Amino acid sequence: MRTSAFLTDASVCIGCKACEVACKEWNHIPDDGFEWTGQSYDNTHALGASTWRHVLFLEEKKPMGPQLAGIEEPFRWQFLSDVCKHCENAGCLEACPTGAIVRTELKSVFVQQDVCNGCGYCVVSCPFGVVDKNHEVGTAFKCTFCYDRQRDGLMPACAKACPTRSIRFGEWEELRQEAQVRVKELQDRGYNDAQIYDPTGSSVGGTHAIFLILGQPEAYNLPPAPEVPTIHMKSAWGAALFSALVVVLVVFLAFAL
Amino acid sequence: MAANPKITEDRLDALREEAARTGKVQDHGIAPVGSPFPKPAAAVSYHGNPVLKPPTWTWQVPLYFFVGGVAGISAVIALAAHLFGNAGVLRAGLWIGLLGALVSAPLLIADLGRPSRFLNMLRVFKLQSAMSVGAWTLSGYSSAVGLAVVCHELILAGYGNNFLLVLEWAAEISAAVSGLILASYTSVLLGVTAIPVWSENRRLVPVVFLAGGLGSAAGVLELLGFLLPVTQFIGIVASAVETLVAIVIELRGRYVDRPLREGTVGWLTRAGAALAGPTSLLLRVFWGHSSMARYVAAVCFVTGALISRYAWIAAGRVSSRDPQALFRIQRPAHNSAAH
Repeated sequence: MRTSAFLTDASVCIGCKACEVACKEWNHIPDDGFEWTGQSYDNTHALGASTWRHVLFLEEKKPMGPQLAGIEEPFRWQFLSDVCKHCENAGCLEACPTGAIVRTELKSVFVQQDVCNGCGYCVVSCPFGVVDKNHEVGTAFKCTFCYDRQRDGLMPACAKACPTRSIRFGEWEELRQEAQVRVKELQDRGYNDAQIYDPTGSSVGGTHAIFLILGQPEAYNLPPAPEVPTIHMKSAWGAALFSALVVVLVVFLAFAL
Repeated sequence: MAANPKITEDRLDALREEAARTGKVQDHGIAPVGSPFPKPAAAVSYHGNPVLKPPTWTWQVPLYFFVGGVAGISAVIALAAHLFGNAGVLRAGLWIGLLGALVSAPLLIADLGRPSRFLNMLRVFKLQSAMSVGAWTLSGYSSAVGLAVVCHELILAGYGNNFLLVLEWAAEISAAVSGLILASYTSVLLGVTAIPVWSENRRLVPVVFLAGGLGSAAGVLELLGFLLPVTQFIGIVASAVETLVAIVIELRGRYVDRPLREGTVGWLTRAGAALAGPTSLLLRVFWGHSSMARYVAAVCFVTGALISRYAWIAAGRVSSRDPQALFRIQRPAHNSAAH
C-alpha cells in the first residue's frame, strides 16, 4: 500500500470552506452549533469531534509578500485548512488504552468507533489538540483520512473538493518534494516568510499532513516544536518509582521507630 | 513648501544620483524620537484560541485519583502492620484498601463516554499508556486486596491453616506492590500528556500524589480511632512534603505554573496545599499530644489532598486554554526576548 499524505498550501487557499463542507457531508459529521465567533470568517473555532477540516482565517498587519498595495497600513488575510496531522509517532495512538486507535496500512491514524470507550486520554495526549470526545456519542472523533474512500482508490473528500489545489493528496515523499519546490518558488517571488511545516526533527517523527504556511507556525496555532508526550515516560515513572520507595521507607520507619 | 523643512531639493538630487549609481541608497531613513524602540516578540497565536483540547474528565476522576491513592497506600500500611505485628492496623488497612477499590471502579467507569465498554480497557495491555497500566493495576489491586481480606477474615474466624496463611501473605504483598502503582500511576497519567502544566510538572506530581495518598491513608486510620505514633509520624512526613511542594511551586515562579498560582484554580491549589501542608503540620508538631488536634489535622490533610486532586485537574484545563504556555516550552529562546 502507498504511504499517503496531505500537503495543504496556505498560499493558494481562498478560504471557501469547500473542504469543511465536503468532509462533513461525506463523513456524516454533525454541525458545530452555528455560532458567530467574531474571529474573521472562522466560525468553527478549531479542529474537534465535529470539525475534521478547519479553515483558519488570519488577519495580520503584515504586507502580503512583495505586494505594494496597502504599504502604509499593511494587511494580509491568510487562510489555511487545518487537519489531523496523522503523526508517525502519534500521541493519541500511544495513549489509547483500548487499542481503539490504530495505525492503518495507509500509515494514517484511525479511531475504531466500535472499540473506543470514551476514556478521553487521547484528547489530552494529542500535541496538536486535534482529537476530541463527542459527549453525545461518548467516543473520540477525528479525521479518518477518508479511510473508506482511500480503500476504494478515491482521494479524501476534502482534497477532491478543493478548487485551488490548496489541499493536495498523494504519495508522502512526492508531496514533500513538491512542497520544497513550491516554497522555493514562493520565496523567489518575494514571499520571504513562506515555510514548510513538517515536524520531522521532533519526536512525532514527521506527519502525514504537511503544511505550507506564510509566517510562523504559532500564528496558525501550530505548535512550533511538537513532541509526542510518551517521551516523558521515563522521567515521570522515574519520579513515581523514587517517591514510591520513599513511601515504603517512611511507612516501615514509622512502625520500626 | 516641503512637508519636511529639513529636506531640500539638493537632498532629493543626491538621493537620485546615489540610487542611480549604486542601485540602492545607504541611509537609515528617519529615526523617530526615542528610537530604537525595544521590540518584544508579540505573543502570536491564532486569535488567542487554545491549541490543545481541555481534559474531558468529569468530577469522578479527581475523586478516583484520591480514593485510589488512599486505598493503594493503605495496603502498604497494612503489610507493614502485619510485619510489625499490629493486628488492628492490619485489619483496618486491608478493609480501607478493599472499600477504596470497590469505590474506585464505579467512579472510573462512570467517567467513560461508553461505560458499557469498560472491559475494552482489558483487551490490550500497553506499557506506553498510563491509562492502560492503570486499568490493569486497578483490576490486579482489587483482586489482591479482596483476596487478602477474605484470607484475613477466614483466619480471624478460626478457619486458619498454613495454606491460607501463605495465601494471605502473598495477597498482601501483591496488594502493597500494586497499591503503590495504583497510588502513583495517576500522576504519571497527567505527566505524560501534552498539557503544559502537567507535562512540565511530571517529576513533581508523583511526589504530590504519593504524599497525598500516604498522609490521607494515615489520616483515615486516625479518624477510625488509630491515634498511634505510626500515624503521627506518617502524618508529619506527608504534610512536610506537601508544604515543601507548595513552596517550590510558589518560589519557582514559572509561567507554565500560572494556573497553580493565579485565578480561582490558583486559590484552590493554595487552599489544598495550606490544609494538607502547614495547617496539618503545625497541628501535629505543636499539639500532637492532643487527640482532638490530631483528628483536626487528619481532617485537614484528607480535605486538602482531595482539593489538591481537583485543583491539579482544573489547572490542566486552564493550562490547555493558554497557547503561550505551550509555545514558551517549545521555543524558549524565542520567548526569552519577550520577557
